[in-house]
Amino acid sequence: MSDAFTAQEMMIAVAAREIRDRELVFVGMRLPIVAYAVARNTHAPNARGLFEVGLMRDQAATSYLGTMGDPPNVAGALWATRMSNVMALMAQGAVDLGFIGGAEVDRYGNLNTSYVGPPERPRVKLPGSGGGADIAILSRRWVTLMTHERRRLVERVSFVTSPGHGDGTPDWRRRHGLLGGGPSAIITTLCVFRFPSGGGEAYVDSVHPGHTLAEVREATSWEVKIDADVRETPPPTKAELKEIRARSQA
Amino acid sequence: MTMAQAIDAFVADGASVALGTGLEPLIPFAAGHELIRQRRQDLELVGPISDSLFDELIGAGCVRRITAAWVGNVSEGLGHCYRRSAEQGVPRSIEIHDHTNFSISMALWAAAWNVPYLPARTLLGSDILGTNPNIREVDGLVHISAVRPDVTILHVQRCDAQGRAHAWGPLGISEEAGLAAERVIIACEELVDAAVTLSDPNRIVLPETKVVAVVHEPGGAHPSPVQGFWKRDHVLDNAYAAESRTREGYEAWLKRWVLDVPDRQAYMTMVDVDSIRITGNRPSEPVNFADE
Repeated sequence: MSDAFTAQEMMIAVAAREIRDRELVFVGMRLPIVAYAVARNTHAPNARGLFEVGLMRDQAATSYLGTMGDPPNVAGALWATRMSNVMALMAQGAVDLGFIGGAEVDRYGNLNTSYVGPPERPRVKLPGSGGGADIAILSRRWVTLMTHERRRLVERVSFVTSPGHGDGTPDWRRRHGLLGGGPSAIITTLCVFRFPSGGGEAYVDSVHPGHTLAEVREATSWEVKIDADVRETPPPTKAELKEIRARSQA
Repeated sequence: MTMAQAIDAFVADGASVALGTGLEPLIPFAAGHELIRQRRQDLELVGPISDSLFDELIGAGCVRRITAAWVGNVSEGLGHCYRRSAEQGVPRSIEIHDHTNFSISMALWAAAWNVPYLPARTLLGSDILGTNPNIREVDGLVHISAVRPDVTILHVQRCDAQGRAHAWGPLGISEEAGLAAERVIIACEELVDAAVTLSDPNRIVLPETKVVAVVHEPGGAHPSPVQGFWKRDHVLDNAYAAESRTREGYEAWLKRWVLDVPDRQAYMTMVDVDSIRITGNRPSEPVNFADE
């Protein structure tokens, strides 16, 4: 197996490391499904996954999943139920970590998956929240994965579908009654951003191997803050790559 | 009853229709295609995410309003017909009532319980509060107004002729959508004897008193998966995403897969069924319903 890895494999490995052992994870679709499997089969053997379609699992499905509702994700589930039961756990603060996809993110971690341009006549109509806003508001912490491009990492999103740290002022979420702690990381194809405790503005915590801070600055619409101890993101391990590649679509 | 008869009898122009309540599995695509063939107009579509079904109906010009959390196609993300409609009014403009998966569930539970709204902790801090007139913040909670579909259409694994539907695997928002609706149409993989359904009343999804039509429609959820019967057809779902990128591509797709197809039986002859049929056997243990 080659040790060379793609940007997508780097993102999945970082996402997997966000999952701590014994956590309850709101998994979502696409890359996070693979990240959950990697975590579960490496450093987090006691994690559990929740899926808003109405499922709880421990072991990751062994074959490719196009959606969270594919039959291999149902067989062997710990719980098959209705969506509102899964949401009940999240509304009680029982979900440790959620994953959310997005088209645009801003420096405060707010996500737009609804409208680029005015909602009454948008330039781009994006698909909408799905469960994204629910996860953003109710899970204890969440991360988002995104291709690192200027048009995606924007100064302020034009529409907040899923709130992050709002306007970036201290304790914005608590002051507005949001239950969960908000975004803890933005994982991109170039780097990992993290947030100060209590909210605020994202800063570059690590840069992926083979990339530079100059590239990060160039591909981000705002003037990025950089952690004093910024480091290189550890590359995917052999074990991580093995799990990732076992779940790629043929 | 056939799907054509059920749609003709129970879904009128202008109706509010809940579809795709299983989220990813059990999406009643066959019912959606029949709505298109019968040229239904001015529908309100209610649902969570529906894979590409809402996008297909929007492209066909059947839709006046979307009340949903997400419209696109799962393979690619963006819904190209949804985009053309919202951005350019092609083939017509639609009204959008944005929801989240949680809030559309609560809106249907509110209708099911016959209350005007339910309070929730989701949506605080989201701009959706400003675009959906039926969701508003009151004293630190969000009030989600009831959504009451005229008809909810479910696809399930099996059902009897009296409308007792058995579904298994995750159910998404199917129960609240069915309870909230005036009436329910069931499409099923297998039409079974009442002795089968009544052997396990816990597995009956909805009260038979809601069900107005039962359609025996094998493959009626394709390309979405049906636990125990069909895998998801990734190939055909990806093909829709690619072909619907242009209006012309969508129209060619629509002609080939919907307008030129008389019914679901004919449609399934066009699908590589051997690649998606589930052949394994993984039964649950029976339970004892004895009373003495």
